[in-house]
Amino acid sequence: MLTVIKGGRVIDPGNLDDILDIVIEDGNIIEIKKDALAGNEHIESKIIDASGKIVAPGLIDMHVHLRDPGYEYKETIETGSRAAAFGGFTAICCMPNTDPVNDCRQVTEYIVKKALKTDIVRVYPVAAISKGLKGDNLSEYGELKDAGAIAVSDDGNPVMNSQLMRRALEYSSGFNLPVISHCEDLDLVSGGAMNEGAVATKMGLSGIPNAAESIMVLRDIALCELTGVPVHIAHVSTKESVIAIRDAKKRGVPVTAETAPHYFSLTDDSIKDYNTNHKMNPPLRTEQDREAICQGLVDGTIDAIATDHAPHSIIEKAVEFDQAANGIIGLETAVPLGLKLVEAGIINITDLIEKMSKNPARILGLKTGLEIGKTADITIIDPEVSYCIDADRFQSLSKNTPFDGWDVKGKAVLTMVGGKIVFHDEHFALRG
Amino acid sequence: MELSRKDILDMESLSVEEITLILDTADKMREISQRSIKKVPTLRGKTVVLFFYEPSTRTRTSFDIAAKRLSADSLSLSASTSSMVKGETLIDTGRNLEAMRPDVIVIRHTSAGAPHLLAKMLKSPVINAGDGMHAHPTQSLLDLMTVRENKGQISGIRIAIIGDISHSRVARSNIIGFTKMGADVIISGPPTMIPKGIETLGVSVTHHMEEAICDVDVIMMLRIQKERQQHFLFPSEREYSNIYGLTAAKLKKAKDDVLIMHPGPINRGVEIAYDVADGPYSIILDQVTNGVAVRMALLYLITGGTRNADGD
Repeated sequence: MLTVIKGGRVIDPGNLDDILDIVIEDGNIIEIKKDALAGNEHIESKIIDASGKIVAPGLIDMHVHLRDPGYEYKETIETGSRAAAFGGFTAICCMPNTDPVNDCRQVTEYIVKKALKTDIVRVYPVAAISKGLKGDNLSEYGELKDAGAIAVSDDGNPVMNSQLMRRALEYSSGFNLPVISHCEDLDLVSGGAMNEGAVATKMGLSGIPNAAESIMVLRDIALCELTGVPVHIAHVSTKESVIAIRDAKKRGVPVTAETAPHYFSLTDDSIKDYNTNHKMNPPLRTEQDREAICQGLVDGTIDAIATDHAPHSIIEKAVEFDQAANGIIGLETAVPLGLKLVEAGIINITDLIEKMSKNPARILGLKTGLEIGKTADITIIDPEVSYCIDADRFQSLSKNTPFDGWDVKGKAVLTMVGGKIVFHDEHFALRG
Repeated sequence: MELSRKDILDMESLSVEEITLILDTADKMREISQRSIKKVPTLRGKTVVLFFYEPSTRTRTSFDIAAKRLSADSLSLSASTSSMVKGETLIDTGRNLEAMRPDVIVIRHTSAGAPHLLAKMLKSPVINAGDGMHAHPTQSLLDLMTVRENKGQISGIRIAIIGDISHSRVARSNIIGFTKMGADVIISGPPTMIPKGIETLGVSVTHHMEEAICDVDVIMMLRIQKERQQHFLFPSEREYSNIYGLTAAKLKKAKDDVLIMHPGPINRGVEIAYDVADGPYSIILDQVTNGVAVRMALLYLITGGTRNADGD
């Protein structure tokens, strides 16, 4: 049976932006045109009325923690996949800091198999740069790639040893495995619990200076120049990092970067009453940094928006601020927070889709897009619906979000993976 | 007048009127400690839990004596003797303590914000006896009381706070407390010990100690912790003492009626010279005496006492 997504504003950045119908058969896009069913109304088909909605290539979150294996009380591959579908993502990349660490074939295969069995969204494992995330030895990239790893990263930990980082870049290039770098100089962090500055001073918490991030961004850019191998900078949070990446790109250095919605939505000023749902690494920075992140999104310095979805249970969060775990969940709030940038006129909807779909795909070497013959991974967004974010209704096992209770506008109303509807909003009518 | 709040968590949350009420009440309480029988029945039947997650001699003893002089039953709990060593969380420990119906929980903790977390979770009043580098409101109140007693007022006086501002909850609470009560605060110390953005609290900063002390009414020295050397904050006690230690020679530049304070414990010969600590300008032991009065006032007010009630 055919599925027809009718009358939506179809946006495929750099390719399409028009009111069109998309016809899907056997999981693939077979037609994209106006009034695709004209004259063929008799053909039995499932109709998805997308009028007034935006039809985008499936969103890809290239930075997610699924906590499985090892911390299944925080999230599992299944609950994380459901949260992704609910948030409009058709594919997610899960970081290797599980227990055991994803640094060997067995763990990568476990994730791949469990994701296939779950069969909700596409799950691409990111394997460890170094064995055990310890920064001592390279993991076996050949075997990891073969098992299904899409990239390598020591996310959660920086690679402090510059020589190891250099070799990781060189060695990974032999397997076309992108390297994602968590930039953090641990000596400068020195036990800090939040951004260094007036707010930390007032709260009596140790601060993490901007330079703890940017010094490593600059190092990785230098290694990228030395080796000629691309490097992708994870969760950019500071003005200085944006400037460093912008300058490097101007010189033609093959560096790419992502930021997370909280870095363009919040500042350290929002950390009231030691609320640990505002604690993450890198920390929320200042308004100057927030503006620089927005500017980086505008001018293309920052290629991608990724959530750094980091589920934690109340056990890790209902404790003293300096002892609380870092991280917030993000899969189910990314679209409305991104749309706030559009609403504010900072970027347009096409840019947003590019940064949440096309660019992550390009960085990771994935095929995506709304073209005839391609797999039907599609996200339908209603940009107009107003509502209040309610963490209790999230699909994620964890509820650690600073955005609970925020009034927002816009959400994903349908998520389709390989032609199959894996999520649709209860108010969103389907026929056929 | 009553103190209509559940908790005493930091100086930021206290109003000028509340601070004045506490200081006025403390002035009255001080007299009780001067009697031959230093005990009044005011808080008979009340229970005060002193939960000290971090070591303390002065503050814990002071609270303990304050509670006993008001006839409250007090008991001390330290982290090493509590279930915290068995992995119990702060909230669970707090809830268990609360289940035994104490009237006040006094807490000292190594983490900034721990008393706030406890206060949010519990119905019992919580008094912060020092949380990490954040706040030490009872110390600030006793310092305000001591300055007011010696100078007649707080408004308009100038106070220099010198030392490791970065790691000091006493400095933070006094910066907020003294500026709130109308004093001018100057802070001084090596640049490694001045936290970023401290000027937003309304203080002026100088790295030259002489500049800080030359025309102030009060000099407050802070304890320097030897282990900070490992974090490259200063090269040696010798150099620190030469440059930022308060000596008789440096004191010659100060006003004739300057007062010298220190929250203790002091490192004689490091941040303060032996003779200066014991010298005529020092009111360091007055601070300790007033600490009992301030804590009596807080226990009394937080359990529902009013300023006009007689101490008896």
